[in-house]
Amino acid sequence: MSSNHRSETGSTIAIRKPVFNSILRRLKENGYQTIGPRIKNETLVYEPIENIDELPCSYITEQKAGSFRLTQASHKHYFDAIPGAQSWKQFLFPPCVDLFTLRKNGAGWETSNSRIDSPGYAFIGVRACELAAIQIQDSIFMRSDFTDPTYRERRQRVFIVSVNCLAPSGTCFCASMGSGPRVKDGFDLNLTELDDAFLLTVGSELARNLLDGIEYEDASAFMLTTAEHALERAAQQMGRTLDVSDLPKLILKNLDSSRWKEIGERCLSCGNCTQVCPTCFCWDAVDQMSLDGKTTSRTRFWDSCFNPGFSYLAGGNTRPTIASRYRQWLSHKLGTWKEQHGTLGCVGCGRCITWCPAGIDLTEEVAALRKEAR
Amino acid sequence: MSSHKPTVAVYKFSSCDGCQLSILNLEDELLDLANVIDISYFLEAARAEKPGPYDIAIVEGSITTPHELARIQEIRSESKTLIALGTCATTGGIQALRNFANVDDFANIVYAHPDYLHFLKTATPISEHVQVDLELWGCPVNKAQVIEVIVALLNNRKPSLPSYSVCMECKRRGAICVLVDKGIPCLGPATQAGCGALCPANGRGCYGCFGPFRDGNPQSLSTTLQSIERYPGETARLFRGVSGYAPSFRKTADAISANVKESK
Repeated sequence: MSSNHRSETGSTIAIRKPVFNSILRRLKENGYQTIGPRIKNETLVYEPIENIDELPCSYITEQKAGSFRLTQASHKHYFDAIPGAQSWKQFLFPPCVDLFTLRKNGAGWETSNSRIDSPGYAFIGVRACELAAIQIQDSIFMRSDFTDPTYRERRQRVFIVSVNCLAPSGTCFCASMGSGPRVKDGFDLNLTELDDAFLLTVGSELARNLLDGIEYEDASAFMLTTAEHALERAAQQMGRTLDVSDLPKLILKNLDSSRWKEIGERCLSCGNCTQVCPTCFCWDAVDQMSLDGKTTSRTRFWDSCFNPGFSYLAGGNTRPTIASRYRQWLSHKLGTWKEQHGTLGCVGCGRCITWCPAGIDLTEEVAALRKEAR
Repeated sequence: MSSHKPTVAVYKFSSCDGCQLSILNLEDELLDLANVIDISYFLEAARAEKPGPYDIAIVEGSITTPHELARIQEIRSESKTLIALGTCATTGGIQALRNFANVDDFANIVYAHPDYLHFLKTATPISEHVQVDLELWGCPVNKAQVIEVIVALLNNRKPSLPSYSVCMECKRRGAICVLVDKGIPCLGPATQAGCGALCPANGRGCYGCFGPFRDGNPQSLSTTLQSIERYPGETARLFRGVSGYAPSFRKTADAISANVKESK
């Protein structure tokens, strides 16, 4: 035990699990709102947590196309439940944001921008796929030539406690996308859960200071090997795989495939996949006018390319069929996204598969396109 | 619209009055509303009746009697803009269940002397009888949408109403999908947003009050729902609910019934 030492950035230490509460407490003392996975209405959500006992300890999630179930496991692990429909997106790119209000002032209009509400969040338990998704959204909302102020304000104050994912679910395929299960970078603290300890890798000065005086021990070679093996096993246990070797070309060369029409018959165009996707970033701005016509306020909402109104322009809808909307979504996500943002738009979290009420599985659809193209 | 306050008439046809009550429930906005429109005829709210013609007619309810057949023509002829308010007016409402059965059978069970009744064999939406300028769905309607439509009319622009499914509202409020998470049958993926995902957010499946959303796929949803039925025929009954007479829901329920007959 070496409680008086300061850990170094990049180093890995071990703490007993209850000690994690001290970290949560310190985060709170430093003004952070600590958010983590917890059980509410018998399902998994991201909400404020104060104590590790509020985490879904001894739970896993069983996920398949169109189905999610939270089930009890025999072991006492805090971070084995793969997330549900919610993602960190809701905190950085909130579903509804007031943008500004216009008030009639004589012959003109007076603008008042809405105050950007930015609590400092500490995200507890960010998986590798989710961290990759945050990094993708960073590149969209915090570009050098354009920055979204709401996103930036929130993002800059986030403290990230990531977690190496050791229990992938049936719809996971982060190993195929190269985004997980191992966390690579972009965290303040990265956690690996062993049976009786947490390994913590220090990723920032902020985290190093936060750990100052915390009761820890050096990570032993045994602990590190155990973690390494668990990560290797996790990579082998992905419920799904996606061959990305010929992406985005495969999709972009097969825009006339008959497969799209066939998917269009199953797709509900309900938009669930885009709402749960941690990288989907489309939004719409809606104006609300007062009855006297003197004030108008503009609110930003999550939108979706599956919304028939999304591509409605003067004269008609440019994507009038469900097949054309699904093709737009997939060919953006696994195709044109690359040219636009430098990476594919998918991190392999599997949410779009799990939360599709029709159970449409993009890994299956890509495989079918490939088979047909041959 | 010109500088005078537009005159508005609110009418009731076969309905429960819930949509008219949604207008009366606009407590915070009623005074502002009275400043910008002239409520000329609204029997549920005021005794005074000013004669037509009117700039805006708001019509609640469906057409179920011979008398209503004549009355809706009269209303249309003296209204510049006609709005069908609520699911009865837009798709026949729950009373349109009679369209799938013999209404005489119901009358004989309910009334001692059904021969005194004057009714049609069907309950039909306003748009089957006269030209409707705008349909506002909901059982009852969303009062914010009522305001939006009036503001849009006052400012001569298109109202901003959602064109997407209930799922979008459900996800925006952070609710977890009852269909995927609990296996509860839900019409949300085929239903037009507008209610704020009231039922799913409270752990129940959507009943489709706001009707099918444009370009949705109820046919495919019925395949999903049939695979999780809690009792035989549940999916067909769900589609044959409040919005059951809406063409795409009707077609979906018909297809399920046809399949069941075929397999028997």
